[in-house]
Amino acid sequence: MQFTINGNRMDLIMDPRTSLLDLLRDHLGLGGTKKGCNQGACGACTVLVDGERINSCLALAVQYEGRSITTIEGLAAQGSLHPLQQAFVDHDGFQCGYCTPGQICSAVGMADEVKRAVPSYVTEDLLLDEIELTDSELRERMSGNICRCGAYNGIVDAIRETFAADRTEPNDRETAR
Amino acid sequence: MSVVQKVVQKAMKNAIALAPDSWMPGGAPDPLIREKHGLIGQPISRIDGPLKVSGQARFAAEYPIEGLTYAALHYSTIARGRIVNISTTEAEASAGVILVMTHLNAPRLKPAPAFGTNEKAAGGDDLAVMQDDRIHWNGQPIALVLAETQEQADHAQSLVRVHYQDEHGITSLEQAVAQGTEPGQFLGEPLKVAIGDAEKLFAAAPVKTDSVYRTPGHNHNPIELHAATLFWTGDELRIHDATQAVAHAAWTLAQVFDIKEEQVHVTSPFVGGGFGSKTLWRHQILAAAASRLVNRPVRIVLSREGVFRIVGGRALTEQRVAIGAQRDGGFDAIIHTGLTAMTPHNAMTEPFIVATRSLYAAKSFKLQVDTVKMNMIANTFMRAPGEAVGTFALESAIDELAMKIGIDPIELRIRNEPDKDPTLGLPFSQRGIVEAWRIGAERFGWSSRTTQPAARREGDWLVGIGCATATYPYYRMPGGAARITLTRDGNATVGVAAHEMGMGTATTHTQVAADRLGLPMDRVTFRYGDTDLPGVILAGGSQQTASIGAGVAAAHRALVAELLKLAGNDSPLAGLGPSEVGGLDGGLASLEDSDRRESYASILARAQREEITVEAEAPMPMEVQHWSMHSHGAMFCEARVNAVSGEIRISRFLGSFDCGRIINPKTAASQFRGGIIMGLGLALMEETQFDSRTGRIMNPSLAEYHVPVHLDVPKIEIMWTDEPDPRTPMGARGVGEIGITGVGAAVANAVYNATGKRVRDLPITLDKLL
Repeated sequence: MQFTINGNRMDLIMDPRTSLLDLLRDHLGLGGTKKGCNQGACGACTVLVDGERINSCLALAVQYEGRSITTIEGLAAQGSLHPLQQAFVDHDGFQCGYCTPGQICSAVGMADEVKRAVPSYVTEDLLLDEIELTDSELRERMSGNICRCGAYNGIVDAIRETFAADRTEPNDRETAR
Repeated sequence: MSVVQKVVQKAMKNAIALAPDSWMPGGAPDPLIREKHGLIGQPISRIDGPLKVSGQARFAAEYPIEGLTYAALHYSTIARGRIVNISTTEAEASAGVILVMTHLNAPRLKPAPAFGTNEKAAGGDDLAVMQDDRIHWNGQPIALVLAETQEQADHAQSLVRVHYQDEHGITSLEQAVAQGTEPGQFLGEPLKVAIGDAEKLFAAAPVKTDSVYRTPGHNHNPIELHAATLFWTGDELRIHDATQAVAHAAWTLAQVFDIKEEQVHVTSPFVGGGFGSKTLWRHQILAAAASRLVNRPVRIVLSREGVFRIVGGRALTEQRVAIGAQRDGGFDAIIHTGLTAMTPHNAMTEPFIVATRSLYAAKSFKLQVDTVKMNMIANTFMRAPGEAVGTFALESAIDELAMKIGIDPIELRIRNEPDKDPTLGLPFSQRGIVEAWRIGAERFGWSSRTTQPAARREGDWLVGIGCATATYPYYRMPGGAARITLTRDGNATVGVAAHEMGMGTATTHTQVAADRLGLPMDRVTFRYGDTDLPGVILAGGSQQTASIGAGVAAAHRALVAELLKLAGNDSPLAGLGPSEVGGLDGGLASLEDSDRRESYASILARAQREEITVEAEAPMPMEVQHWSMHSHGAMFCEARVNAVSGEIRISRFLGSFDCGRIINPKTAASQFRGGIIMGLGLALMEETQFDSRTGRIMNPSLAEYHVPVHLDVPKIEIMWTDEPDPRTPMGARGVGEIGITGVGAAVANAVYNATGKRVRDLPITLDKLL
């Protein structure tokens, strides 16, 4: 079967039961995509397929033959960071770092959905041509990515800084006296 | 413990309590506390951040090894009984299968010493591991399949057929209580305090509150699944593990396989969250046993269900809190007693009274934890064991009492502020809870609160605010040690067998070591997560920072002594002793006169040395028996409850902490927030649903065991006093666990203020408000 993964075309032979996640992790050595539940509940395995975010654990690899798949390893050129990756570092949008690749891939896909004015559960006017990435839109749309360390505030700040028109209201208000 | 040992221990404790301050570790404050312009206190971004955000940080299940085999486990479906027959022929015949291991063909293994029974023990329980036909809990692993791929192993384990003789275990609290209770113990000491006649004073008190609070079981659920990649070379076991206790894991595995501790090499550079759960459970033992049988490397990754089946969580509690007070609010009696569940095969009592021992002054105390035994996966420590659920009960009761007296709940707490430890009589090392309350209340706008509940409504939403005290002790366990290598070109490597599970260890200890050595951060490498490094350091009890700090300080003293020796009489440092010099600008300098200095390069060059390596152990942690050492926080919550549906939303949260000196404001704030968010889970949604008929955990997934997601979490404000503790390394106290404490009560008290309904049974789900 043929896939394009992070820009590289590859021909692979595999057990048809293999999920896209296991293909990436176990067979291609792309460990950046994480396994947190293997049942679509945590979002750690999020990758982009032709720019759209999916849970790779719920996808059989064979379903994605011929498609272009981007993982965390392919988000930026070798040795550099995507602006969102850098924003995660700056805003401490993670602790253990295990859910992080999924959060980042998910946010990239999510920003594109907002750009295309795809409504969410909290969108009040479904007919608008433009949707503003408010905090509640952002938090609702990212709720499929669980962070057990609880870095949510930093994740929201990083995504807002990278993608939202309104970039005010940073959360870093710790004041040591 | 024998009577003699107990007497000796008691005498030692008294001697340590009464000894002069100067004899204690911390008797002379760490010189780093005085340094105000160094790296400590800087909000430095994580040094491993770029690796983590680009997917390059390698976790336990991601080590590539040639010829790897994959493991899958088959779990029992009864809670107690025996295996009459286990058929593996179908599984063995399945494609790709290399081995099906059961009690019939497993190698002989010794039980793993259970955590708490020895300073290096890491076992979840001390039962035999796949050595007999006995079943002790519903979910016990009874077969392991090894195959060439994960898919083949997963399928083959489903083909294992088992016939059981069910002996119907103790699977409900009622059954367990009927079997009798036993007194609980924690860290080798009884969980019991009796001062004065608390029941009598309580009965006579003019104002009182007396209620029972219940908390269910909880699971840690770090997002990284428990996993290991391992192989044998002869009698040597190499294991890439996801663990918060490398040295403990190595020692315990050595006991199981009857080999020397040095023959087990554990590495764990990145751990995808632990919260108490990433210790030694059956999967590492079984995978290592199977690897030995087939002589091939093995990878085992538990399924999420598997984590619920074989990794223990926090046990349920049932707590009575009764407080008797005078009309002015002064406490006459604090009674905090109750039950928690455990198993006959582990040593962990959920110690829910620990916070109550030191939080408030009272004329009398009666504190006691009793345990009952159940057939369940052995419970274990989970973030702030004891305090997380104990403060829910105690701090809810304080709020109830404040309503009855008609006093502000913060005022009630401050009125009962003790001037020394109320149950041990020891002086506090540092205590700034009153200041934390003052600055927190001001920032949160506490004075705008309406005392009368259910008085504020915005459309369909009832809005209320509540508060609670957070607290967690300063611990430092024995075992701190470090190795420092300094090279002539002015680079240092500091090595400690410690762990990075997201707390910021790698970053903060590079900062601390750089300040101690007088080097910039880019000249210091901090190595950790490897049993080749010194130390027996548990990433638990919020003690890792202190343990590493004390180990590195000891190694640094040894390094300075060695450097002074090498510097000799031709150095500007000649005549100075190790306690008179410190690291400064790439060398050593007199603490009194910084013009008397010599660079490391110069000292080593004159001595014709390329590098120098020292290793030292931290002193025994006697400070924790000489002073009462605790962190505190003032927690504030605004809750909105839908008057129609009962839906609860947390709209604001503020934590104001007094945790000693903060080493890195960026990573510390994330630790506090993370704890608070897990506390919101504890308050509102988390519950391990245990079927009391079968002993089966019924929600073993992240779809059914709910944890907070983005939409559940508002902006959480964090502030702190930043007052150094003069008795601890760096003046710091741990920040990992305190965040979860007090949150349950702050939420419950805010929900009460919003609705007038008092929920004493966690989690506070909407059905309890309708």
